[in-house]
Amino acid sequence: MTDVKNLEELFQAKIDAEQKIEPKDWMPDEYRKTLVRQISQHAHSEVVGMLPEGNWITRAPSLKRKAILLAKVQDEAGHGLYLYSASETLGTSREKTIDDLLSGKAKYSSIFNYPTLTWADIGAIGWLVDGAAIMNQVMLCRTSYGPYARAMVRICKEESFHQRQGYEIMAVLAQGTPEQKEMAQDALNRWWWPSLMMFGPNDADSPHSQQSMTWKIKRQSNDELRQIFIDRTVQQAEVIGLSVPDPLLKWNEERGHYDFGPIDWDEFWNVVKGNGPCNKERLDARNKAHAEGQWVRDAAVAHAAKRAKRKEAA
Amino acid sequence: MSENPNNWPLWEVFIQSKRGLDHKHVGSLHAADAEMAIENARDVYTRRQEGNSIWVVKSEHIHSSRPEDAESLFDPADDKVYRHPTFYTVPERAKYI
Repeated sequence: MTDVKNLEELFQAKIDAEQKIEPKDWMPDEYRKTLVRQISQHAHSEVVGMLPEGNWITRAPSLKRKAILLAKVQDEAGHGLYLYSASETLGTSREKTIDDLLSGKAKYSSIFNYPTLTWADIGAIGWLVDGAAIMNQVMLCRTSYGPYARAMVRICKEESFHQRQGYEIMAVLAQGTPEQKEMAQDALNRWWWPSLMMFGPNDADSPHSQQSMTWKIKRQSNDELRQIFIDRTVQQAEVIGLSVPDPLLKWNEERGHYDFGPIDWDEFWNVVKGNGPCNKERLDARNKAHAEGQWVRDAAVAHAAKRAKRKEAA
Repeated sequence: MSENPNNWPLWEVFIQSKRGLDHKHVGSLHAADAEMAIENARDVYTRRQEGNSIWVVKSEHIHSSRPEDAESLFDPADDKVYRHPTFYTVPERAKYI
């Protein structure tokens, strides 16, 4: 008999050798638990993320923008599904995962608890929110759990259109009338800080990060990714004539990075705990959609049974 | 499999991206029956011309080898290099071989 300690060593050796862990491989309980939590949170974020954008589908300023937004929101549903599939390979049931979202037990990215007040918010979400998500997702393409990494590769292929369409919306508004430019700037002002919070707490305050790095679930730290995002995005804002709402933002020649002002972590934790502007609205919307879809799910089962019976008779 | 009979079963999805290529596993989804599984697979896995044909198989029908058997199953092939054409030396002047 191989004891657990030995199994853990073999497991870690595989990871150190850059071999992927696959569903039937032995893995420490804590590794499995961490993945289930992370992947399902990620899936829920894709699904809840459809709500703030769905808000603007009927009010998109042109047919072209409407078609693009529809395609993007449909992608998010697909991304949610890829991730739910990945989490099921760890032995969770889909129903339980969804129930945890609906009951409020499971978390999703706090960014989606902010409202989309103007059309420019759709631009800001694509550019900043998807931009920040991509940073994380590109890293996760190399995560140690095979099904999660494969889902991420698929998602990353689709995600860059999301960021570019958002940036284009912002660029067009920024070149428009003074009111349009003002609208774009206002959206940037409101989404900037919450986007930086998406990378999670500072490394020093992120106790589970180290273990996740050892297991190569994560491969870059929160602060590292946040810094790269800031460096890239500040330049992109300059190009379209918008300014990042941070008076302390300054290029640091020595570090080769931008220095930036303090993030309001009280706000972050407050939204995580359920007190953001839209937490209740989002959960209510998901629960309503789930309840109203019950008859469709029931009908599909009844229809499948009827069809199976007919086939048997034939 | 879930205990509740009203829960849709899980299906594995295989997509052939082009005529002449293999069907390749892309992921899974839930559906009430095979027809619905194909329709859902089309929406989920072929939004960008990734597919030419779709196979779906109920996940419960897939059997797999066990990771702990990997050594006994696959290691015997390690010392049989003579199964590869490069193992053999042939006169340089010989053509088309």
